[in-house]
Amino acid sequence: MPTLEDYVARVEGTCGAEKDVIVFFKYEKKDEIISNILKKVTVNNKIAGIIFELTFENFSFRLYTSGKAIFRGVKNREELNALLSKLLL
Amino acid sequence: MDIQAVREDFPILKRMINNYPLIYFDNAATTQKPRQVIEAEVNFYEKHNSNIHRAVHTLSLEATDLYEKSRERISKFINAKESSEVVFVRGTTEAINLVAYTWGLSNLGKGDEVLVSLMEHHSNIVPWEITAKLKGFTIKYANVKPDGTLDYEDFEAKFSKKTKIACLSQVSNVTGVINDVKRITEAAHDNGSLMLVDGAQSVPHLSVNVQDLDIDFLAFSGHKMLGPTGIGVFYGKKALLEAMPPFQGGGEMIKEVEFSRGVGCNISLNELPWKFEAGTPNICGAIGLSEAVSYLQAAGMDNVQRHEKDLTKYALERLQECRKITIHGPGDISKRCGIISFGVESLSSHDVALICDNYGIMIRSGYHCAQPLHQEILKLQSSARASFYIYNTREEIDRFVEILKEIEQL
Repeated sequence: MPTLEDYVARVEGTCGAEKDVIVFFKYEKKDEIISNILKKVTVNNKIAGIIFELTFENFSFRLYTSGKAIFRGVKNREELNALLSKLLL
Repeated sequence: MDIQAVREDFPILKRMINNYPLIYFDNAATTQKPRQVIEAEVNFYEKHNSNIHRAVHTLSLEATDLYEKSRERISKFINAKESSEVVFVRGTTEAINLVAYTWGLSNLGKGDEVLVSLMEHHSNIVPWEITAKLKGFTIKYANVKPDGTLDYEDFEAKFSKKTKIACLSQVSNVTGVINDVKRITEAAHDNGSLMLVDGAQSVPHLSVNVQDLDIDFLAFSGHKMLGPTGIGVFYGKKALLEAMPPFQGGGEMIKEVEFSRGVGCNISLNELPWKFEAGTPNICGAIGLSEAVSYLQAAGMDNVQRHEKDLTKYALERLQECRKITIHGPGDISKRCGIISFGVESLSSHDVALICDNYGIMIRSGYHCAQPLHQEILKLQSSARASFYIYNTREEIDRFVEILKEIEQL
């Protein structure tokens, strides 16, 4: 049974007033992760082939083809983990 | 300076990131290491590794010799009067904490003032804020102008009879602004105050002469000047260091620990600089830093500065082609070093950094540990920052601008 640890390398709160969260996915699995996420979300925009602007439930976030995602408006780690679980597992 | 030859010395510059050649523009955070520094560290561990001082065996003698010669080279690099004025620490942050917790706790109290500027890195603010709460002294903040330059008149006006020390970075880690620390040092000394300079962003890029500047304390980090992480330098004038209590207790910083039953231990302190180097120091780090200094000396600090100035001027000119980019800091190139902070209209700095990363360009985003400057002066939520060093090229800037132009189209 896969867990978030199988896909997420690191989670980092951004430095600055914005209080966004950056999720670093495991680089070697990034293509699989991106493909899985794209099956579950609404793609609002695909920019320059490297950024996806996405909506899932009430959250909007940006996913980069380098295997990173920036989430806005996530209240805490629990909420983020719940969101990631739905997206990845 | 032959930049292509310089680049050959840095193995990491051959890396590909996300299938693009690495462009490393995060030098204000840390710099890459030349082969010479890497080899000096490998050589130490392969051939000379031992603890230093107070041993009679051959390896210890060799390690001690390498460590102390490193101190001598670094003291000459900043033109300290004596090598005993150079203390090895973990980095700039530890050096400033050392001053705050030793000199500060024994010399500052209620009614006293410490004067700092609003452009300081958190490492030149937080140690003073913490010790102020312990001792009850006041911290005064000198203003910074909207273009990021120091408000000298305000700084000088804020000196009072209560001011015991002034603390200022020689180069801002956000805007790259170069501060005239000589002028502020003169004002401090005229007022009977001491002067501490944060040299984290200046010593790697400019020729810094502590005797000419007449500063009392200087702090800088090895990893921002081609050296290893975990090693830095605290410089202090000898008379001040002699009067200061030690920072930490343990081995090396003592001469004797005489035990008397019923009385306890009578401790006598070691001489300078070892009084401030408790425990086993980062021996290998010091040797690596010395090799980094040697590398910079061979390149010539004037050449290093000239090269960075050229890159900064070129980058500022090219960035004018970008319509949605705002550059923070002064337009006058003579007032700044190779650090450019900027914003892209309607994008967060983190998005800009992530997009650049996608193309193999490493830049930083956020407050850069200078939240007061961002909030109070620049009125920004965060900024993106590109910072250059000895191995960067105009071609890399061209590529960077090309990507920024793409970002503008998003």
